[in-house]
Amino acid sequence: MTDALQVELVAADRVVWSGGATMVIARTVDGDVGVLRGHAPVLSALTEAVVEITPEEGTEVIATVDGGFLSVANDRVSILSEHVLLAHEIDLSQAEVELEEARRLLGTNNDAEKRIRRAEARIRAVEKAS
Amino acid sequence: MAVSVRELRARIKSTESMKKITRAMELIAASRIIKAQQRANAAAPYARELTRAVSAVATWSNVDHPLTTEPEAPTRAAVLVVTSDRGLAGSYSSSVLKEAEGLVEKLKAEGKEVDLYVTGRKAEAFYKFRGRSVAQAWTGFSDRPEYDAAKEIGQKLIEVFVEGTEAETAAAPGVDEVHVVYTRFITMMTQKPTAVRLLPLEVVEGTEAPAEGDVLPLYEFEPSAEAVLDSLLPQYVVSRIWFALLQAAASELAQRQKAMKSATDNADELIKKFTRVANQARQAGITQEISEIVGGVNALADAQAAND
Repeated sequence: MTDALQVELVAADRVVWSGGATMVIARTVDGDVGVLRGHAPVLSALTEAVVEITPEEGTEVIATVDGGFLSVANDRVSILSEHVLLAHEIDLSQAEVELEEARRLLGTNNDAEKRIRRAEARIRAVEKAS
Repeated sequence: MAVSVRELRARIKSTESMKKITRAMELIAASRIIKAQQRANAAAPYARELTRAVSAVATWSNVDHPLTTEPEAPTRAAVLVVTSDRGLAGSYSSSVLKEAEGLVEKLKAEGKEVDLYVTGRKAEAFYKFRGRSVAQAWTGFSDRPEYDAAKEIGQKLIEVFVEGTEAETAAAPGVDEVHVVYTRFITMMTQKPTAVRLLPLEVVEGTEAPAEGDVLPLYEFEPSAEAVLDSLLPQYVVSRIWFALLQAAASELAQRQKAMKSATDNADELIKKFTRVANQARQAGITQEISEIVGGVNALADAQAAND
């Protein structure tokens, strides 16, 4: 217990994943951060992107978050986001359709950029997981 | 005998089928309530972590954010009333509405104008019937709310609140405070209509007092404390609304179950009573027939005896 990060990946309506991990990679608004044991306490805003968790055992957990937060303190990592999808929950074709649609709206709709980022993150997550 | 046996039989039959319906509704509510409670529990970690994060920021930076600033002279308030879409839940909606009315009266006495925001068709109908305007209504999700619904409501309320703090000259008058009236789920038997002030936020410094030697860590903020707060607080607000919706949903189902249970019990009682009355009427009819026959036979016998 003591030599692992305690990770909680939490969506608004459920705990998506929790357990011990050796490494967490997430993307904040300033760029990617990797968290290992003994990381300084940090609280940062995330962007729509892929989160990778390397658990102590088993295969890598790959998920997408829609914004939210990463908080690290005393080897406890919590990732909070309104929507979290694990790679196997993502519908690839739907994400592709969404990406197309968002690209068309680019420039006309303020949300378009966000939607593109979200769809791209989903596609990337599926690719990484496979 | 005012009511004939046939009519009584029809009444028993209709009461029986009504009982079947209320019984089914009771069972449905009972099964859904477990799900609603599970959902409320599943949402708890998010709220907990978010509260931790907010209190961490609040302790380590000088919070000065539009969402936490108390307006100097509040003149306008928004009240979000959370009720159900459907009836047959006992006094569920009416007690929330009563609580809301009390709050509105209080706010008016303090010299504030009140904008109503409602969820659930019951509240919509209530205010429409009384000819009072509702700023916005959201309906169609009262017994199983989705997070996106909470988000939509939250964004709208934050929007009107920020308008209120920014400029008095804004086209649409914004509000200076936001209240929520919902039903808190305490136990299966007790649900309590509750009014809370949502905005401006009172930052709760650590809901659970820090344990011995557990000092809040010295966080670094990325990109900056203000930016983190900027995106943290709206999510916090939405999460509070989400919490209110989930609690309201569980309460609604609990009250529906209770109401339907007593309806079923009442139906049982009625059936028992009607059956008794029907039996009595049937017996009276038989007795009358017998005495008519006996009377007729006697009359015939008397006539014959007179002839002989």
